[in-house]
Amino acid sequence: MNTDYLVNILLLMLSAVLVENYIFSKFLGVCPFLGVSDKPDTALGMGFAVMFVMTISSAATWAVYYGILVPFHLEYLETIAFILIIAALVQFIEMFLKKFIPALYGALGIYLPLITTNCAVLGAALLNIQNGYDFIESLAYGFASAAGFTLAIVIFAGVRMRISFADPPKVFRGIPIAMVAAGLIAMAFSGFSGMSF
Amino acid sequence: MENLTNILFALMWFAILGGALGLALAFASKVFAVKVDERIPEIQDKLPGANCGGCGYAGCAALAEAIVKGEAKPSACVVGGETVADSVAEIMGVKAEKPVRMRAQVMCSGTAEFAKKKYIYEGAADCLAATKLGGGNKLCPNGCIGLGTCAHICPFGAIKVENGVSAVDYEICQGCGKCVEACPKHIIKLIPYDSKHWVGCMSVDKGAVTRSYCEVGCISCRLCEKTCESGAIHVNDFVASIDYSKCTQCGKCVEKCPRKIIWSDKSQRVVGITLNNEILEEPK
Repeated sequence: MNTDYLVNILLLMLSAVLVENYIFSKFLGVCPFLGVSDKPDTALGMGFAVMFVMTISSAATWAVYYGILVPFHLEYLETIAFILIIAALVQFIEMFLKKFIPALYGALGIYLPLITTNCAVLGAALLNIQNGYDFIESLAYGFASAAGFTLAIVIFAGVRMRISFADPPKVFRGIPIAMVAAGLIAMAFSGFSGMSF
Repeated sequence: MENLTNILFALMWFAILGGALGLALAFASKVFAVKVDERIPEIQDKLPGANCGGCGYAGCAALAEAIVKGEAKPSACVVGGETVADSVAEIMGVKAEKPVRMRAQVMCSGTAEFAKKKYIYEGAADCLAATKLGGGNKLCPNGCIGLGTCAHICPFGAIKVENGVSAVDYEICQGCGKCVEACPKHIIKLIPYDSKHWVGCMSVDKGAVTRSYCEVGCISCRLCEKTCESGAIHVNDFVASIDYSKCTQCGKCVEKCPRKIIWSDKSQRVVGITLNNEILEEPK
């Protein structure tokens, strides 16, 4: 493992967080982005749960793809296989946490079922394969994408806190003004796309 | 023929994969099973499920756990009232205490046309933010700011701001007390649900001062105190207040009050905040 490889991993992570942000440039995971971003606390909880699940599911789906699907020439079934793996994995993690790490379950527990069918998690698994990442790269990419998701949702929750005290015209109250704000943040994030690594 | 083999092959592998995962999960659910006191879900079923937090716990699930652990009384749910307290006590195998149902009341009558303002407020639509600017835009230091912080926090949607003063809808209010905590002016009080009368002012300024900024403020004339036969109403700190343990709900103070700010149940429920002697009919 040489320095080039490490630098490559770091750049991969940085670009997954900022340039190819899941929410603002890939538009994945938008429903939790709007659904659980009322308060920074819950947004952070959701973010950590996504980071946790996305890292583990990246590893699991990579292993299944190269361990089972490739040897038997079943690559075309990756989507359905990954959905199966992720759903089972999240259930398993939930049970495991409940038994052995109740504190972590208390913090992440209510968000875990929400993640089971989250497109961001499936997206990370599919993109790992599409981009031809190796195992370490997949792990790094899964983690960093989720970190980008967390960054976006926490920033947005902060913005929504301010919006809730503002006095917008009646038709804009609630979700509409939140969508406008999300658009503005996405525009700000598009500034990063000029950076190329 | 080759296609069919491919399909069968894929099917087989997915059957194995799905079966293996299913077995693993079934196994895990046995191995990682956590013992939960069965009374917790039972009690949770009985609780209202509004997660209002009026009991002081994070939600109905947290209260159910606390009741089973013995940290909270079976009657701790302020919203559920007697029926819930009884059924929870039954599950716990104890005798229920009788909870008193309360309701929230905004102790201010100073609607836009009666209370004078210090300045025009254009800031964030939140009472706490307005309070930071010289105590709000009403001249009265104890007047309702009317930006609806209580209305936002109310888990039941029982509060509406009408004409610059918050009004609680009795029938919806469950007495959880969230608004009491949220009000930066501390002018929302919990009073027994059945009590009809309340004093719609909390101004602690002297009569002349109160009169200078509000047409419906208590001027501490003590007429109500003199009228009351049961000694339930007293003027302290230049404002009248009712002792509900003594009040017989005779309504004599309501008639006597020269400022017409002792309210009776009917008028308040009908229109929220308007001078009570003007309202005689039910709403349409």
